[in-house]
Amino acid sequence: MVKLRHLRKTFLPGTTSGRMALCDVSLDLAAGDFVTIIGSNGAGKSTLLNAVAGVFPVDEGTIIIDGQDVTALPEHGRAPVIGRVFQDPMQGTAGSMSIEENLAMAARRGERRRLARGVAQKDRKAFRDYLALLGLGLENRLADPVRLLSGGQRQALALLMATIKKPKLLLLDEHAAALDPRTAQDILALTDRLVKRHGLTVMMVTHNLRHALAFGNRTVMMHEGEIVLDVGGPERSGMTVADLLERFHATRGERLADDRILLEV
Amino acid sequence: MISLGALGGALEQGLVYAVMALGVYLTFRVLNFPDLTVDGSFPLGAAVAAKLICSGVDPVLATAVAPVLGFVAGATTGVLNTKLKISGLLAGILTMTALYSVNLRVMGRANIPLLRSPTILTTLRGLGIPGSIAALLLFLSCAVAIKLVLDAFLRTEFGLALRATGDNEVMIRSLGVNTDSMKIVGLGLSNALVALSGAMVAQYQGFADIGMGIGMVVAGLASVIIGGAIFAPTSIGLATFGAVAGSVVYRFAVFFALRLGFAPTDLKIVTAALVVIALSGPAIRRASLGMERRRAAGHGKAEASSENVLARNH
Repeated sequence: MVKLRHLRKTFLPGTTSGRMALCDVSLDLAAGDFVTIIGSNGAGKSTLLNAVAGVFPVDEGTIIIDGQDVTALPEHGRAPVIGRVFQDPMQGTAGSMSIEENLAMAARRGERRRLARGVAQKDRKAFRDYLALLGLGLENRLADPVRLLSGGQRQALALLMATIKKPKLLLLDEHAAALDPRTAQDILALTDRLVKRHGLTVMMVTHNLRHALAFGNRTVMMHEGEIVLDVGGPERSGMTVADLLERFHATRGERLADDRILLEV
Repeated sequence: MISLGALGGALEQGLVYAVMALGVYLTFRVLNFPDLTVDGSFPLGAAVAAKLICSGVDPVLATAVAPVLGFVAGATTGVLNTKLKISGLLAGILTMTALYSVNLRVMGRANIPLLRSPTILTTLRGLGIPGSIAALLLFLSCAVAIKLVLDAFLRTEFGLALRATGDNEVMIRSLGVNTDSMKIVGLGLSNALVALSGAMVAQYQGFADIGMGIGMVVAGLASVIIGGAIFAPTSIGLATFGAVAGSVVYRFAVFFALRLGFAPTDLKIVTAALVVIALSGPAIRRASLGMERRRAAGHGKAEASSENVLARNH
């Protein structure tokens, strides 16, 4: 479903602050794979997700999603195949617009915007049913501006928006990190439910090693712009957070000064 | 005594400038883009219409050409900003400055009188509408029609994407919208309205002048702000109504300021001051709140230290 081949990206090349953020990253995802991505700060997790989303062009390598080479496409050109949820709940929704308007825009992801009514009457019924999945009562607040919602509600809405039109690949960039632990748990549970319901292929960045093992079917660890660990299947199902750290140290042959960052809960 | 005719004049002006205010609303409020092209595209519309009318073109057709060129002017600012990565403010200033030369070229001189020429107003009189209400009728129907079309447009799929571009660019790009195109089209549409307003104002006041755009963006902003303050808009329809009503209120305010003895040349500083006060409201409120908090904190500290002294004395 997703083929990432030899991706390289250097920010500010040729300057003293130049830094290789991705060095030769290759990753294959089968349809239905749910990969969690971990690593310390600056390991390249978010850079990898942004490269796949097309926020910036990569220096080298190819990105193929569902058989289509999207490497040369700009961010908005990749939207037909990619759904995204950001860390900041404010970033995934338009606060001044209503819940139904936000959903309507998401329902047309990757399509040409016409001069037809943005929210048609028949959409509303579908939106209501879909919002009811959240159990937050948002289905009765279709016309409310999104800025009235809490961070957790906005993130739940952002998740619905990213999946309302089934994407070939769903990118989640620490989408529960900015929420309080309880809300984060709810958002992750909702993520799991939506992913299973639609049978989505997912890349999820997280700082939380427990979440990395609890969700998805595969875990990838990054360090200094490279993938240093890739576990899945039975090997992963028996793993604990301690095992994961152990494997990381074994691979790198060095102790991490910032274990604490990795273990952050 | 204020004559009814003079008040009617202020109402007519408010309505004809309301078309410009709707354009300013589209950039400042919807796109969240501070567009200064307006000061150039307003006289552009006036210049084009006046020149065409003087060349014998039908006034209705001449008026219809103005928004087309206004669109081009706005789109130019959009291209400078999105494709050439020039900041929004500077892009608008560059287009506005260039338009000064363009407008002079179009007119051939600094002023074109239209007093003896046919205009859209004489066309209306030709249709049997009494001259005394022709302007009011035309400008009112024009402002209302444009407001309604704009409302409907902002609720289309395209309109939603345009609004989202002003609200949250990251999100709408992730949903597959080319935000560069949105800004270019949005700026174009805004300046089309501004130029249309300029074309009508020229025919209403009986001349096009190279300096008639000076301070126009601030006047438009004042109208939008006044409208927002009066109606605290919760919907698109109310917000555009606010821009139209704000324009009328603004022209009445100008009218009364003149009656109070302000020189016409002083009006720009009065308008600028009005906009400064309206825009700085939140900042001043925050600053005064911060001062209070600091004062309260300082007070608390003083109390604490005096308690310490007491404790030591014990």
